[in-house]
Amino acid sequence: MSAPASAPWWHNLRYAVWGILFGIVFVKAEIISWFRIQEMFRFESFHMYGVIGSAVVVGLISVQLIKRIRAKTFSGEPIVIPDKAFNKGTIYGSVLFGLGWAITGACPGPLFAQVGAGYSVIIITFLSAVAGTWLYGLVREKLPH
Amino acid sequence: MLDAIKGPWPWYVAGPIIGLTVPALLLLGNKAFGLSSSLRHICAACMPAKIPFFTYDWKKEAWNLFFVGGVVIGACIAVTLLADPDPMVIAEPTAGYLASKGITDNSGLMPKEIFSWDNVLTVRGFIFFIVGGFFVGFGTRWAGGCTSGHAISGLSNLQWPSLVATCCFFGAGIICTWFILPYLLTL
Repeated sequence: MSAPASAPWWHNLRYAVWGILFGIVFVKAEIISWFRIQEMFRFESFHMYGVIGSAVVVGLISVQLIKRIRAKTFSGEPIVIPDKAFNKGTIYGSVLFGLGWAITGACPGPLFAQVGAGYSVIIITFLSAVAGTWLYGLVREKLPH
Repeated sequence: MLDAIKGPWPWYVAGPIIGLTVPALLLLGNKAFGLSSSLRHICAACMPAKIPFFTYDWKKEAWNLFFVGGVVIGACIAVTLLADPDPMVIAEPTAGYLASKGITDNSGLMPKEIFSWDNVLTVRGFIFFIVGGFFVGFGTRWAGGCTSGHAISGLSNLQWPSLVATCCFFGAGIICTWFILPYLLTL
């Protein structure tokens, strides 16, 4: 599946390279802007709908193509895409996340980009998000799933 | 050319690049695109505290941390080497509404009136940084994904749970923006 644990660490640099491109896109298309998220949720700009919509269309075509031609990874392994499981948490968790998204103007990816773009105070938001994830792990068994 | 790169990128450039991340990660090494998992790996790496949810070999998922590390660097490059010389332009109605709530400085990506260190120890800071961040971290893990894992990756793979998730977080975001934020912005 993934590269064997014994693979040298620098094998992961390719993901960092794509991450850099991703971070540049996040900032240059202003996807990480709190203002753009406000525009989106207020239905006052098409920009974010265009971004997410075209990303889904391109992703959908790519994934269906990969499945159709049974494409392999560059190292020759068959590509396996895990299914997303459904449980009640999909609903409760998404609602909670949606509230946080509107408040912070960020989903997890943009949190990293906001810090990188020099908004150092977002480190606090980021740490709180890590704490939220940690607390979820702690109380997971007691939550409806 | 460079001027075009420095200006704001249109959605039809950004969206397809983000969409291509899904096949790129699959081809590079069978990785499923999803960024909120990075928060879980950080917990597993830094403070697993014997919690079952965090006791796994996070090093096998290190690619995810390399990716978000790249995002930080990329964002840094975008605001330095590729910095936009002009202030950001936001939709007129949004600007007007926010101005009525005291958010008047639209020049940067984030409103200075909210996201500044001066606010960290205030009620406003508590809501926008602590509560907001907590909801994002707790919610995405409970939901099993965020905008990348569910809305982009999941929908690309025709996963119906991802469609449910996407509808829920968009719905909650809309409700929060129209009915809760107007109050929060007065704090």
